[in-house]
Amino acid sequence: MSEANTSEMAAVSIRHLSKSFDDVEVLRDVELEVKTGEVVTIIGSSGSGKSTLLRCINWLEKPDRGSIHIAGQRIGIHEDGRPMPVRELAKVRAKTGMVFQGFNLWPHLNVLHNVTEAPIHVQGASKREAEERAMALLEKVGMVDKRDSYPNTLSGGQKQRVAIARALAMQPEVMLFDEPTSALDPELVGEVLAVIKDLSAEGYTMVMVTHEMAFARAVSDQVVFLEKGLIIERADPETFFTTPKTDRVRKFLENHDTPSPA
Amino acid sequence: MSNWEILWDERAQFWSGFLSTLEIFGLSIVGAFVIGCGLLYLLEGSRKRLTIPLRIFIDAMRMLPFLILAYLLYYGLPSVGIRLDAWWSGVGALAVYHGAYFAEIFRGNRLTFPPGQIEAAKAHGFTKGKMFFRLLLPQIIMQTRPLLGNQLIYALKDTAFLVIITVSELTAAANSLSSTYFIPTEAFIVVIGFYWAISVTMEIIIKQCGRFSAKRGFDNV
Ligand SMILES: Nc1ncnc2c1ncn2[C@@H]1O[C@H](COP(=O)(O)OP(=O)(O)OP(=O)(O)O)[C@@H](O)[C@H]1O
Ligand SMILES: [Mg+2]
Repeated sequence: MSEANTSEMAAVSIRHLSKSFDDVEVLRDVELEVKTGEVVTIIGSSGSGKSTLLRCINWLEKPDRGSIHIAGQRIGIHEDGRPMPVRELAKVRAKTGMVFQGFNLWPHLNVLHNVTEAPIHVQGASKREAEERAMALLEKVGMVDKRDSYPNTLSGGQKQRVAIARALAMQPEVMLFDEPTSALDPELVGEVLAVIKDLSAEGYTMVMVTHEMAFARAVSDQVVFLEKGLIIERADPETFFTTPKTDRVRKFLENHDTPSPA
Repeated sequence: MSNWEILWDERAQFWSGFLSTLEIFGLSIVGAFVIGCGLLYLLEGSRKRLTIPLRIFIDAMRMLPFLILAYLLYYGLPSVGIRLDAWWSGVGALAVYHGAYFAEIFRGNRLTFPPGQIEAAKAHGFTKGKMFFRLLLPQIIMQTRPLLGNQLIYALKDTAFLVIITVSELTAAANSLSSTYFIPTEAFIVVIGFYWAISVTMEIIIKQCGRFSAKRGFDNV
């Protein structure tokens, strides 16, 4: 019972999470607690399991072992071990908002309708309510002018800002970002990071995979370093970037020119 | 009286044949479209137990000459106790036959559908049905528009086969006039004009729909 209680307090609570692809263990007994309002950054080299960890949180990837709670609610499996029916899973999933490296906007819908689609057709919001919410979010990400445009006419940075608004429109408990700026031209990275930074200032709960070290240092409350599926280091950003405990992290930071304090 | 004048006097027969062809064509392509979408839906994320028989059905239809299917429905079904008149046999055969083709066109396009969009849909809480009708199907239709247009023309031409199972449509009208007055050339030229008129109209409509999808960046087929 006490375990359930601590899970309820956290936006995301991951316990003993393991996941293999074929015979390769990609996540090994991962434990992670994300408090409401907290920004957690996941760092690690390519193939260390960062995306897999993020994708387990909303069950796009099915873990082999362990449990994940979103705002106190178990995702994917019931506490008694029964698999969760798809409709119920979809409901829990909708408590998370995900932003992908490749944007993944729906190209047949204009910007406004990309943002209102799920609130109307998944959450059952009225068209008016969904549009009001969408316009406020498009305002927040600076995309109101483009509300009638189709995704194919937008730049990468604009697409990603719409994708962020689309995820926020579900009013999720936690936002998941998987390398949101990795597919962008360097000059477009800033506009997306600025939006994410605003969100953190507003108190959104976020879990983010990124290679932008200066940014991670500036916005995170907690930095987690993943190595071959193990969390080998976790700390507040100051400690993590200035006095890493392990050689592995020190080496990693040397290769990713360590940021100066933001 | 010239041959053309004879045909002009009999224009009512052409007209009713033309209307009948339009009706058969309209009904059967709507049916084919619904069957095609239905098959695509059933193929979507289903178990092999279901998808394998469906795939076999689709391929079997595509490999069958249309006329044989029409014969089967008209002459064969009564032997298992189902009696359809010629008209409904024809419409049914066209709908099922071209529905299989539609399904195959959709399925081919589905294979290249960006998986990221589906993940985004799942992450936003979509379940299969909503995702299919709101996100997958509209895009697949836009992308396959030119192929669907082609298939519609095949379907139109296949309506002419129905004369053989005694449906009175456009070709039947020409057939009857040509044998009554022994003027096959002129009668069939008139009928070609009608078929072309329908095809050209359809082409124009499908092109216009292209603007809708081009605006969304789907003009690259
Ligand atoms: N669907 C899959 N099937 C098989 N192996 C997979 C699958 N997805 C990921 N993997 C493997 O799991 C490991 C971890 O992948 P993951 O994508 O989580 O890494 P990552 O840390 O996000 O890397 P990157 O920085 O390159 O995005 C990799 O070795 C990868 O090849
Ligand atoms: Mg990754």
